[in-house]
Amino acid sequence: MSATGSTLLRPRLLGRTTVNAVVLISVLYTLLPALWLVLAASKDRDALFGSDLLSLSDFSFAQNLRDLFAMDGGQYGRWYLNSLLYAVLGAGVGALVSVACGYAFDKYRFRHKEKLFGLVLAAVMVPQTVLALPLYLMASQAGLVNTFWAVFIPVLFNPFGVYLGRIFSQGYVPDEVLEAARIDGAGELTAYVRVALRMLGPGLVTVFLFQLTAIWNNFFLPMVMLSDQDLYPVSLGLYQWNSSATVSPEYYPVVIMGSLLAVLPLVLAFILLQRFWRGGLTAGAVK
Amino acid sequence: MTATTTQHPLPASAPPSAAPVVDRRARKAARRRQLTACGVLMTPFFALLVTVFLIPVGTAVYLSFYSDDQPGLGFGPERTVFVGLRGYGAVLTDPTFLAGLGTVALYCLIYIPLMVVGALALALLLDSGVVKLRAWAQLGLFLPHAVPGIIAALIWLYLYTPGISPVIDLFARADITIDFLSVHTVVPSIVNIALWSNLGYNMVVFYAALQAVPREVIEASVVDGAGPVRTALQVKTPLVRASIVMVAIFTLIWALQLFTEPMLLSQSSPVINSRFSPSMYIYDAAFTRNNYSLAAAASVVLLLCTIALSYGVTRWTSRADAQEVR
Repeated sequence: MSATGSTLLRPRLLGRTTVNAVVLISVLYTLLPALWLVLAASKDRDALFGSDLLSLSDFSFAQNLRDLFAMDGGQYGRWYLNSLLYAVLGAGVGALVSVACGYAFDKYRFRHKEKLFGLVLAAVMVPQTVLALPLYLMASQAGLVNTFWAVFIPVLFNPFGVYLGRIFSQGYVPDEVLEAARIDGAGELTAYVRVALRMLGPGLVTVFLFQLTAIWNNFFLPMVMLSDQDLYPVSLGLYQWNSSATVSPEYYPVVIMGSLLAVLPLVLAFILLQRFWRGGLTAGAVK
Repeated sequence: MTATTTQHPLPASAPPSAAPVVDRRARKAARRRQLTACGVLMTPFFALLVTVFLIPVGTAVYLSFYSDDQPGLGFGPERTVFVGLRGYGAVLTDPTFLAGLGTVALYCLIYIPLMVVGALALALLLDSGVVKLRAWAQLGLFLPHAVPGIIAALIWLYLYTPGISPVIDLFARADITIDFLSVHTVVPSIVNIALWSNLGYNMVVFYAALQAVPREVIEASVVDGAGPVRTALQVKTPLVRASIVMVAIFTLIWALQLFTEPMLLSQSSPVINSRFSPSMYIYDAAFTRNNYSLAAAASVVLLLCTIALSYGVTRWTSRADAQEVR
């Protein structure tokens, strides 16, 4: 009996091992380059070009960190603050605007509603690179090129956030609750701010997080709009430094260290807010 | 997606009242209040939609039909002349633009199937229930999504650079010389960067959809004698079709915009020229050559390609759905 049991089990055990091996290899594929970034950030320039990445003999993490913030008169710190400002403020305002609109799409009836919603969905499809030149020309006519606003205003626009907001509103805000608020004599906007927005909290965090990632990643728009290095976000600054590194290799260690620091806020945000975005992805995936 | 329009009853669902006039008036007032609130909630978003979406798209189309003699709008008297489709003719006969389109087509053909199949396979494996430390595996796979695109490109650029890269060292130890940035390997190398960045994200999307599959359906297929592989491929996969289509379309839209990775790699590789992809062509035409009508025409062509392909994918999958039902 045990013999037949083991022959039955063997293929299943084999399958189990294969499945775990495939997942392990995939995880190594995603983690090892990140690990390389951490190790490389602790090397000085000579050790970086020498192959031995794991030796701890020439450990210069602190030195690289100091160099990073001293390079070019402390530009990096400035870029970092710019990025934080663009991303946190932009995602905050953007998420509020999108979710409010999505909520209105869900809870109110008006003519041509679905056509208007179709327009919002169509906006998701349009490539950023298509909009860049007209946006640049508009900004230059308004005298906004090479200012904070030239980057900040376009990134507020998040049509996918409206789509998510509508789905969250359907899922989290029952019509009866609004009904009750109305019977209690609350105005429509009061009901939204006091009752609905609280229930939409997790959805709002999800939209915020997606938009935070998008703005932090944003590279094309700042590249088009900004020429003043003091306004650069980290992404554009590192691009600039990397192009200098091809000529003067002392930039390599600071580019690597700068990349490592630029990754940290998003990794932290994703780990801390896991509960929310996992729920958000479910809402987006299950139509 | 849009089949979700439940009709919401108006708040004052008229009870049979002794004073119908008063009631109707109250209802009208309530309706007006609601429309006002709706307007207030929607206005900020639609103001953005008009300024950073509708007007720019309109401007791009307008610019593509006109040519400006003086580069740099706003200086001196503008002499814009209507040139009709000449801009489009110039773009579509420009071999560098066509080469860019070809590059992106090749990129899409390699990248999209790999991405969809890879992410779905990983999600099915994780959903099978035999993976150890599942939550950790998911987090590890998802991590690259938190790495900005430009930094992902930087990391891989270094991993592709001889002298710095431990990967090339490893190959060298096995007596294999490999050049990741040669004419033939550069597109696969860029695919690898994109795959690394987005595989985990799409895996989580599929995994979330798989979690929503009713457990009874899976139990029923197991009772019917289907093994885990058949259950995954013939029961679970068709049930998450909507997510597959969504991931495919979003991946396609992003892939067509290919810009960040080749832009960064071009700093170190002579193989990538400044018009490697249509987006790079647009950037080069607009901001290096200051040829706005050419850039606008190229933008509109890219936009039309995006719309046509997304529409094609949607139609194709919905027709496949219809056939399945039959």
